[in-house]
Amino acid sequence: MKTLTGVATAAAFAAGLALAAPTAQAAGGEHPPLKTQNWTFEGVFGTYDEAQLQRGWEVYTNVCKSCHALDYMYYRNLEQIGYSEDEVKEIAASFETEDGPDEWGEMFMRPAEPLDPIIEPYENDAIAMLANGGVVPPNLSVMTRARDGGADYVYSLLLGYEDSVPEWVLEADPNFELAPGKSFNSYFPGYAISMPQQLFEGILEYSDGTPATPQQMAKDVSAFLQWAAEPELEDRKTLGRYVLVFLVVFTALLYAYKREIWKDAH
Amino acid sequence: MSSTPNPVWSNRTIKWVDRRLPIFSMMHRELIVYPTPRNLNYWWNFGSLAGITLVILILSGIFLAMYYTPHEDMAFASIERIMREVNYGWLVRFIHMNTVSLFFLVVYIHIFRGMYYGSYKAPRELLWGIGVLIYLVMVATAFLGYVLPWGQMSFWAATVITSLVTAVPWVGEDLAIWLWGGFSVDNATLKRFFSLHYLLPFVIFALVFLHLWALHTTKSNNPLGVEVKKPADTLPFHPYYTMKDAFGLGVALLVLAFFVFFYPNYFNHAINYVQADPMVTPAHIVPEWYFLPFYAILRAIPDKLGGVVLMFASIAIWFILPLLDTSKVRSGRFRPVFKWFFWILVADFIFLTYLGAMPAEGIYVTMGQWATGYYFVHFLVILPLLGWFEKPLPVPESISAAVTAGHEKEAAA
Repeated sequence: MKTLTGVATAAAFAAGLALAAPTAQAAGGEHPPLKTQNWTFEGVFGTYDEAQLQRGWEVYTNVCKSCHALDYMYYRNLEQIGYSEDEVKEIAASFETEDGPDEWGEMFMRPAEPLDPIIEPYENDAIAMLANGGVVPPNLSVMTRARDGGADYVYSLLLGYEDSVPEWVLEADPNFELAPGKSFNSYFPGYAISMPQQLFEGILEYSDGTPATPQQMAKDVSAFLQWAAEPELEDRKTLGRYVLVFLVVFTALLYAYKREIWKDAH
Repeated sequence: MSSTPNPVWSNRTIKWVDRRLPIFSMMHRELIVYPTPRNLNYWWNFGSLAGITLVILILSGIFLAMYYTPHEDMAFASIERIMREVNYGWLVRFIHMNTVSLFFLVVYIHIFRGMYYGSYKAPRELLWGIGVLIYLVMVATAFLGYVLPWGQMSFWAATVITSLVTAVPWVGEDLAIWLWGGFSVDNATLKRFFSLHYLLPFVIFALVFLHLWALHTTKSNNPLGVEVKKPADTLPFHPYYTMKDAFGLGVALLVLAFFVFFYPNYFNHAINYVQADPMVTPAHIVPEWYFLPFYAILRAIPDKLGGVVLMFASIAIWFILPLLDTSKVRSGRFRPVFKWFFWILVADFIFLTYLGAMPAEGIYVTMGQWATGYYFVHFLVILPLLGWFEKPLPVPESISAAVTAGHEKEAAA
């Protein structure tokens, strides 16, 4: 029993170290704290809000899609966020995709189908760079997994633009100057981001009537990108809850049985 | 069934098989009646736990390999496909990713348990040495595996670590080209890393077999560090330790499941979800947490060759631990001074882990040098001297005697 307590203490200590580690790494960054949001998908009981994801898809198609791809994703995936089979067919058909070669050896364009990958904005990286001042707009389908802070980071970045370089940056580095063609973003590493501010009042009307303020759009599209990065999240957490409950009960039984077997052996 | 090591089988089929291949006798001898010291505490759970963890890794890895594509243009996408399109692919991949962390945690505890209770001392020097060898192959396997997703950290970790061989005098550059299969980390590197990452776990498995063979020859050490002298000192492995290990496994699986299902990317670096780009170097190149202490030692020396030598020496020194520890007493329980130095070493190791995660600049470098220095002083100076100067406490005559004495003390209290 004494060692059991010892092992448990050591485990708690290790867990403490593990949880403290990322904070230690994050210290020293010269960015304001992330605009942390309450997300429906957080925690052990987290789920996605379908209406929010659909609004996020509207923001993606109206704003992000012209420069950013959603690699590894297909129109059929949209059924997961509550669109019906017919609606997905309709959404897919509004895009053109290249197919072929046909019997004449020619490539041809046709309306996209649910089984097609979501259309990429550029044919290749070279043309993407040409159109965007020398940088390729990153793929968004793993973005919340690929940045510390996840959806909170995406949300903060989208709302983190400043018209001029703020005082706190100049205090830290009086020589800071924004390169031509770049915008200032408080959350972007190095502050100089190639993407200009995108979310403004009145650029979009949501089909469900929700007022499309920049905050609302940032929140919806961040949630949508979280889903794009972790489409398995709901299944994962549901299964996880069953597994944890089972393991707690089973391990408790094992402990009781172990005590029973060992009762005369100590 | 009798409790003797070689039972007389009554079932005719068992008898027929066992006479030709004594697999039933062997299992009976090594798994069921196997005499185990009766006083093993929970720190002894971590050996069997490490074995089971290895099996989980091999099984999940075999299934991942069915869908993974070792090609620089397709590796990253093939893993996204596993996560999105393969049925429960995310589960298998998250189990594989997180079990590596569990494996290293369990093995570190197992190693430090061996250090505290003197499990490396005669007659267990080979058992210990095989264990150190297992750890080395584990390190290689984990490093190779981390490269396979072909994310930014994969690529740059591979570049940094394989570049270490360029520090070898005269042939360093050629050695690096030979390792890479080209002039830098590229497609050829990825393919050979995949091949070796599939091979080495089976090498570990074979070494584990030798480890167990040596263990069952010398028998388990125990918290008192006194050899088993009579049957009263032992309990049959089954059901006593099978049940105790099963309970420990339950707890370990709980911890694993918590991370797999709720924080699956906790031990991962976010930037490894950005596809490898040889033109963009990440701001901080940091290895996985389980390599951090050795990474801190590598960076403690400003000289590249010196750092590499020191890093390998910090693990190789474990091989000669039986020579360095001059004390006649095995268990740390009866070594009042050693006990303190042991815990200082543990703290030093954890501190090195922390330093490995910090940028290599300013105060962190200085602290890294002190922590590295202390690490080697512990093994090369403190341990050999302690054997001469320390006055150990009286060691009980036998395990059963100590157990009985304990019961009397409890009854009197």
